[in-house]
Amino acid sequence: MSIVTTTRAAERSGSFWRRAHLTPYWLLAPAVVVTAVIVFLPMLQAVATSFYDLILFRPNASRFVGFGNYIKLLQDPVFWTALWNTVIWIGLTVPLQMGLGLITAILLNREFPWRGLARALIIIPWALPSVVIALMWRWIYDPNTGVLNDLLIYLSVVQGAVPWLADPHLALYAVIATLTWQGFPFFAVMILAGLQGIPKSQYEAASLDGASPWRQFLHITLPGIMPVLATAGLLRVIWVANSMDVIFVMTGGGPGYSTHTLPLYAFIKARQNLDFGYGTAIAVTFTILLGSFVAVYLARTMREVEK
Amino acid sequence: MTKPSTLRRILTTDLPVALIVLFAMAPFAWMILTSLTPSALITSSGVSLSPAGWSLDNYWRLIEQTSFLMNMLHSLIIAVGTMLLGLLVAVTAAYAFSRFRFPGRRLLMLQFLLINMFPVVLLILPLFVLMRRFGLLDTHVGLILANSTVAIPFAVWMLTSYVGAIPKSLDEAAMTDGCSRLTTLRRIVLPLMVPGIISTGIYIFITAWNEYLYALTLGGRNVRPVTVAIQTLIGEYQIEWGLLAAGAVVGALPATLLFLFVQRHLIGGMTQGAVKG
Repeated sequence: MSIVTTTRAAERSGSFWRRAHLTPYWLLAPAVVVTAVIVFLPMLQAVATSFYDLILFRPNASRFVGFGNYIKLLQDPVFWTALWNTVIWIGLTVPLQMGLGLITAILLNREFPWRGLARALIIIPWALPSVVIALMWRWIYDPNTGVLNDLLIYLSVVQGAVPWLADPHLALYAVIATLTWQGFPFFAVMILAGLQGIPKSQYEAASLDGASPWRQFLHITLPGIMPVLATAGLLRVIWVANSMDVIFVMTGGGPGYSTHTLPLYAFIKARQNLDFGYGTAIAVTFTILLGSFVAVYLARTMREVEK
Repeated sequence: MTKPSTLRRILTTDLPVALIVLFAMAPFAWMILTSLTPSALITSSGVSLSPAGWSLDNYWRLIEQTSFLMNMLHSLIIAVGTMLLGLLVAVTAAYAFSRFRFPGRRLLMLQFLLINMFPVVLLILPLFVLMRRFGLLDTHVGLILANSTVAIPFAVWMLTSYVGAIPKSLDEAAMTDGCSRLTTLRRIVLPLMVPGIISTGIYIFITAWNEYLYALTLGGRNVRPVTVAIQTLIGEYQIEWGLLAAGAVVGALPATLLFLFVQRHLIGGMTQGAVKG
């Protein structure tokens, strides 16, 4: 106890924490240097590359084109298709994940004997590698031998086999369904943590006052989990926008351009055509478009940290 | 009185939960059933639902006819390497963020948060160009560095919140007794950080093990992690769903088991936004 009081005194006098003012920088140096080399250097390289006409295996033909790639981008119909797909992709996936996650969390917040088990099992989609998820759903969606068509035909929901991933009008929605499945456990876990932070006494008081379950949900539950919903939602918008591995393995962006999102388009351009100049220009544009969401999220999180 | 209320609970809670659990588990359960059905049977009569039609045939083929065990080894090397590098640089960084107030602290913390938001595609293209120049393509080091772009910022944020929960008075006491900063970190704070380090490390391991796009782009013939290998099981002419399913089950198992093990500890870091995926 006496030690603590003496250190308090030392801290107050100021000499204690100020003595080695360079120490934090030394401690941070490894992490900062490594991330500078593997993140910021490549990022600068990406911005630079986007101003060049660079086909990877013809490096000698590389030349500076200024904003050429960006101008080309605006006139590229595939860019606009991919942008629109990205909007649908985020606009449907995140609310669906959140809705299903909210229902799951509310159910898991109730008392029932196998709650712990249910909680653990529901998390499984989140833990699986995305390539396994993508292949698994391709197998389920398979037009000839897939179980989904078998099931739907058996239940007489559809008449014949539906080519889920080969139909340009269905493919994007089929992939969105997969992503919803993959992502709802994340929301469920986050929202559950939020629900458990709402004091029980609020509900008791409300039911004494005769508030219906729906009004309790509207006036107690929803405001209580609003911060969690906002944080998780923002985080998810950014993550879903970025994620392209599942689409890449499921459809490769096809049929045609029907499941191209912006990051996937950038990746395919660079990977298949080795057109790195144009590919990075798409990637940079996408990053800037995403930037507003990132800014809001960063501002929120830093505010939390300061508290 | 208790009887109807139990019935009511079953109808309004157990039943819906069971449906959601079924929805969450069914695809992977279907994958397991597929892996247990011999390939010939899948093409003739579909996936076998009864144990009578099951065999480990696909698993034997996976081990004997493919290089899957080698691929597991590559994934292991990369995941462990990423975990060690990530933890090594993050422990001191986390200590600095939580114990010091210094000019630039906010900016540096922000920087680590920002990195986690970068689109993979923005990094993957220049990383390919840079690694090609430095001969790091198709090496373990290359993939460890690529995975560290995710692992380091994540570890820094997770560990900062863990160190923040350790009372400062402990450090102060040690330093009054004559310990230096680094000795305090090593003798006092580090032992208390162990639970945090373990769950952060496991989560990095899982993410690196499951990673696909870097592995596909920056890996190659020599270094081919499990996630890429699973896809090559698809076959040249027709899709071998049985073999593929066996690969998917084996490849997903280590990460899934670890995930179930640490999930409870991750909530704190998640709400601060450090978790991807």
